[in-house]
Amino acid sequence: MGQLSTVAFLVENKPGVLYNVSNLFRRRGYNIESISVGPVENPELARMTVTVDADSRELNQIVEQLAKMVDVVSVKRLDPMRTTMREMLLIKVNTADPMAREETLGHVNAYHGLILHIDPDNIIAEITGEPGAIDEFIGLMRPIGIEELSRTGVTALEKGRLKL
Amino acid sequence: MVEMSGAEAFVKALELEGVETLFGVTGGAVLPICDELYGSDVRFVMARHEQGAAHMADGYARASGRVGVCMATSGPGATNLVTGIATANIDSVPLVAFTGQVPLSVVGTDAFQEVDIIGISASATKYNMQVRRPSEIPYAVKSAFHIASTGRHGAVLVDLPKDTQIDSEEVEFPEKVNFRGYNPNPFPDPREMDWAVTLLSKARRPVIMAGGGVVAADASGELVRLAELLMAPVTTTLMGKGVIPSDHPLFAGLCGMHGTGEANMLVSESDVLLVVGARMSDRTTARLEEFSPGSKVIHVDIDKSEIDKNVETVTRVVGDAKLALGGIFDRMSAMRLDRQTNGVWLKKLQEFRRQYAPPELSGNPHMRAPEVMRALRRALPRDALATTEVGQNQMWAALYFDAYAPRTFFSSGGLGTMGWGFPAAIGAKAARPDLPVVDIAGDGSFCMTENNLATCVEEELPVVVVVLNNRVLGMVAQWQRLFYGRRHIAVDLGNSPDFVKLAEAYGAVGVRPETVEDFERAVKDAVDAEVTTVIDVSIDPEENVFPMVPPGKGLRNILVEA
Repeated sequence: MGQLSTVAFLVENKPGVLYNVSNLFRRRGYNIESISVGPVENPELARMTVTVDADSRELNQIVEQLAKMVDVVSVKRLDPMRTTMREMLLIKVNTADPMAREETLGHVNAYHGLILHIDPDNIIAEITGEPGAIDEFIGLMRPIGIEELSRTGVTALEKGRLKL
Repeated sequence: MVEMSGAEAFVKALELEGVETLFGVTGGAVLPICDELYGSDVRFVMARHEQGAAHMADGYARASGRVGVCMATSGPGATNLVTGIATANIDSVPLVAFTGQVPLSVVGTDAFQEVDIIGISASATKYNMQVRRPSEIPYAVKSAFHIASTGRHGAVLVDLPKDTQIDSEEVEFPEKVNFRGYNPNPFPDPREMDWAVTLLSKARRPVIMAGGGVVAADASGELVRLAELLMAPVTTTLMGKGVIPSDHPLFAGLCGMHGTGEANMLVSESDVLLVVGARMSDRTTARLEEFSPGSKVIHVDIDKSEIDKNVETVTRVVGDAKLALGGIFDRMSAMRLDRQTNGVWLKKLQEFRRQYAPPELSGNPHMRAPEVMRALRRALPRDALATTEVGQNQMWAALYFDAYAPRTFFSSGGLGTMGWGFPAAIGAKAARPDLPVVDIAGDGSFCMTENNLATCVEEELPVVVVVLNNRVLGMVAQWQRLFYGRRHIAVDLGNSPDFVKLAEAYGAVGVRPETVEDFERAVKDAVDAEVTTVIDVSIDPEENVFPMVPPGKGLRNILVEA
C-alpha cells in the first residue's frame, strides 16, 4: 500500500450522486480505502470524504475528474498537516473469558472509548480517533477475539479559516 | 405558469431549443410524446433501429455544430441507444437522448420494457437525469441542451416516465438553468498563455497537434494562422482531420498508429509540441514512454482533467481553443521571431514524407484502396461531407481521402463503432441537405446498420455508400496476418450479401464498378442523381493499411509494408 490521501467534496444531496461518484472510482480504477457521506449545514448539499491509495499524479486526476462532474460542487485534496481527521469504530469482542473482558475494558479505556453494550459473552465498544489509532486498536483486539466490526470511514475538516 | 401535459411541455421545450429534427424509433413508453409531435413542426426521422437513431443524431450534430437529438422507448429501445450515446460522448459530440420509461408507479418493479437506463448510461454520458413530475420537464430539457453544448461537449440522457408525459401540471419555461457544480469557463488564464508563448518563441522544432477540440471550438482559422506564423508543421488526430486543409504545405497528415511517417517522425523529433483539443489517446501517442521524448508539451484543452492524464505537460492553457489560440497568436505576432532554423525543420517534412511513403502496389487485378480514396476525392466537390465506418476503411480514408475544411470529415474516433458511418451520414444529410454526403464503408461495418437504407429512401435523405468490399473483417484480418501468423479466424464474410441486390431491395441504387474510372463516374452519377446509392468496390482481401505502428511500439516504429 502506498500513501493514503484524503479528498473531500461537496455534492448535490440527491439520488444517484453517490452512485455516480462510486462509478467514477470503479471505472477509472481508483482504490478507495474509505468513503463517508452525510448532509451538511445546507440541506441541499452533502459532503463526501474519500481516502484513496494513489500517487500524486493519480490523485490530481481524481480531483479533476470529480471536479468535472455536474453534481460535484467543490473538491479539495486535504493537507494532512492542516486537517483534523476522525473515524469511528464499533467493535464486538468475544469476552466470554474474564481475562479477555478485563483486557478489553482496559484497552477501551486507554483509547478513550465507550462500552456500548455488554452481553455475557461479548462486549460492543465504540472508539473514535484518527484512522491510524483505529488500526492500532483493532490490532490489540485481534488476539482477544473480534466477532465483528464496523468502521464509518474517515471524516475530516480543515483547520482555521480553510474550508471546502 | 400555464397548465399542460408533460408531453406538451416536452414538445414546446424542444421547439424553444430550436430543434427541427429528431431521430428515433417510437414505442409504448413515448406514445404521449409522439402524439404531441403529430401537430408540431419537429421532423421525426424514423430509424430502423435505435442505434441508428443515435448515430444519425450524432452525425447531424457533427455536421451542423448544433445539438443532435434522438429518442427511443423504454427497455430495449433505451439499451439500443447506448452504443450511439457512448460513441458521441467519447468524441465530445453534443447529443441529447430522450428515453421513455415505464410509469413512476411501477418503476423498480421490473415492469414490461423497464430498464434502469439511468444506471446503464451513467458512465457513457456527461450527465443524465430522470424526470419525476411533468413540471420538471422544461427545466430538464433546457439543462440537457445546456450541458451537452457547453464546456467540453458530450451526451446527456433524459429519462421520461410515461405518467410524467401524460399528467398535467402548471409548468414554467425557464430562460436559464443553473447548476452549482457546473460552470465551464472558456476564458484562458493570460499567464498560461504567456508561458506557452515563451516556450513557443524558443522552439526550434515546433509541431502542432490538433484534435477534435479545434473543430468544436470553431478554431481552425486561428490554428492555421498560428501555424503559419510559427512555420510549424501541423499534424492532427483522427478527430481533428480537416482543421487544416489536407493540401496545406504545413500539413503533415495524421499522427498515431496509422499516422503518416512524416507526422509520427516530426512529433518524435520535435522540441516543443503544442497539443490543442486532443486527449492524446493510445491510438495517437502509441507507446507512451516513447512519445515525443525530447519535447516540451504545451496542452490546450477546455477539459482540465485531460491535462497530464496521459502525457505529462510542461505547461497548459485551460480554456476554449479559439480564445487560447487567438491569445497566443496575438502575443506572438507582436514579437520578432527568428524563423531561420525553421526552414531546415520544414525540409524534414519533405524528407520524412519521401522516406516513409508506402510503396504503391500495382499489377493486381483488384482496385487498391488508396487509389479508390483518391478517386472518390476527385469525384466529389471540395465541400462534400464524408463519414467513415471503422477498421481498414476508416484508416484508408484517414490517410488517403483529403479533407479541406472542419466539419466535412467524420469518424467514430474514440469508441471505434462499426456501423456508425452510415447512419451518421444520414444525420449529416439531414443537417446539410445542400451537400453531397458519402459514407466510406467496409463490408463488415456496413452490414451492422445497413437496415437504415430504408430511412434514406423513405425520408428522402440520399447518401452514397462506398463499400470497400474485401469480404473480410479487414482490420482484424490484417492483425492476424501481421501479428498472429496468418491464423485467420472469425473474419471471413463470404459472398453474402450481394450489395447491389441489397440496395435494390430497399429501393436504392446499387452499382458495381470494375475499374477506378468506372468508380469515379459512379460517384459522380450518384451525387448528380441525388439518389441513395451503394457502390460495391471489390478490393483485395489481403490488402493491408500502411503506414502502421505495431501495437505496443513507439511512434518511430513505422511499418510501410508487410
